[in-house]
Amino acid sequence: MIEQLSVFLENERGRLAGMCRVLGDAGHDMRALVVADTTEYGVARVICDRPREARRALEAAGFAVSLTSVVAVEVPDRPGGLAAVLELLDHADVNVEYLYCFLRPGAGAAVDILRVGDVEKAATLLQEAGLSVVPARSVYAPDEG
Amino acid sequence: MFQPELETMSREALERLQLSRLRTQLARVYVNVPLYRRKFDEAGLRPEQIESLDDIRRVPFTVKDDLRSAYPFGMFAVPPRDVVRVHSSSGTTGQITVVGYTRGDVERWSDLMARTLVCAGATADDIVQVTYGYGLFTGGLGAHYGSERLGAMTIPVSGGNTSRQVQIMKDFGVTVLACTPSYALLIAETAAQMGIDVPSLPLRIGVFGAEPWSEAMREQVEKAMGIRAIDIYGLSEVMGPGVASECSERHGLHVFEDHFLIEIIDPVTMEPVPDGEQGEVVFTTLTKEALPVIRYRTRDISRIVTGECACGRTFRRMERVTGRTDDMLIIRGVNVYPSQIEQVLMGIEGIAPHYQVVLTKRGSMDAVEVHVEVGPEMEFDEIRELESLQKKVAAAIAGALAVSVAVKLVEPKSIQRSEGKAKRVLDLRGEGAGPR
Repeated sequence: MIEQLSVFLENERGRLAGMCRVLGDAGHDMRALVVADTTEYGVARVICDRPREARRALEAAGFAVSLTSVVAVEVPDRPGGLAAVLELLDHADVNVEYLYCFLRPGAGAAVDILRVGDVEKAATLLQEAGLSVVPARSVYAPDEG
Repeated sequence: MFQPELETMSREALERLQLSRLRTQLARVYVNVPLYRRKFDEAGLRPEQIESLDDIRRVPFTVKDDLRSAYPFGMFAVPPRDVVRVHSSSGTTGQITVVGYTRGDVERWSDLMARTLVCAGATADDIVQVTYGYGLFTGGLGAHYGSERLGAMTIPVSGGNTSRQVQIMKDFGVTVLACTPSYALLIAETAAQMGIDVPSLPLRIGVFGAEPWSEAMREQVEKAMGIRAIDIYGLSEVMGPGVASECSERHGLHVFEDHFLIEIIDPVTMEPVPDGEQGEVVFTTLTKEALPVIRYRTRDISRIVTGECACGRTFRRMERVTGRTDDMLIIRGVNVYPSQIEQVLMGIEGIAPHYQVVLTKRGSMDAVEVHVEVGPEMEFDEIRELESLQKKVAAAIAGALAVSVAVKLVEPKSIQRSEGKAKRVLDLRGEGAGPR
């Protein structure tokens, strides 16, 4: 399972930069970042090295951070690749709250991060369908211990 | 109880006593205080026309400005030779107001402050550290005379020199501390810095008043000092401390109704509101000789706590004062106090205590924004969770107060803290619009 940081950001100048600076200074390499925004605030979702340690660093800097479990799955890089994945989950009544994707250089597949209602069930379904669910350690350096 | 025969008298007997005292008082002020005579004459009212307690609605109000314009002794109802003591208000909001006491007033005040200390659980065996300021402020001498009347060992430290306060508290084995709640917190902090563990000292009771404070602050100071703290109420224009006090039940402050008539009015219509509804507190002194006040508008916001109190006292209770009429908002024609908004917010799980009520002007209209700090205990990964939180807060306020407010989510710690607790209401209405 992948641990994703969700960081609450007021819509003010420099807040996203401030968050990235904290992660950078504490040596957390980011693998993926997506911001969901409204007129007043946004929520930044971050996949990075040692997410629990990163959370502590951000909280110490005054950010509101929550840790969310998400599923990462390799999706074949061809038309209809993602559609098939979503249909599979849809048929099994697994609700997808949101998703975003990133490409790993050199790999022939995109990695999609799925925020779903039931993480365990989604992972099992995807594996049974022959898709490659990506373990945390192949995306980022997990926290020790 | 210090005076059980009075504190538990039947409502019927009490109201008879109040009416007889009220009629005497009105007759006295009409004869002796030109301002009251003028007000009565302008209203076409003679004191003897007041035949029931309800008739008091016909009597004109007294306001702070009346006392100011009578500076210094213009509202005294006795000749100067009968006055044995003078105090004054701080004058932070303008010209100071002077209040006077006859020997009888000082006697009654001592009794009422002794009642207050007994309400708090104190006895003649206690050692009372009076940290309210001595001087023109009523707090110090008021508490002092009450403590002596009770027969407690009374330590007149007055305010200031906090490390000495701590030293005396420890060395003398003080059991009761009388001061403002914010000063109690400072004493606790100072003791901690001095390496003195207040909860392990004999101190057991806090008698706190003279400023508004919250239940959260009570918990904080009780924990820091290992005490039981009660809220007391009074104001110099009416007497000083000893007008009302919490009892062991700590569910509202018993107004010492044999000496003070309390009314709660709507500050806009000036009409009395039903028991239980919030409004401005109005007092009439029934026994004060030197400076009686008639229907004095305190500007303090409270309500009558309905029902009987388990302590046995029959005096009605007023709720802890939560604000001033000066803070009142008019939102699309609805009168709202910031404290009412707070009350709704305190009832919403997940947001207290991380919120702030921000008052602004939109054109000539008052507008309210509720800022809620997003915290790690909240589910905020999904935008819809945040939106539903915003809607929940707005709906709760709309449901309870029939006004709409904007709810803004803010980052943690962006709400200003003061004295270890958040400042709950931020009034920006005056900004850019000149002094208020």
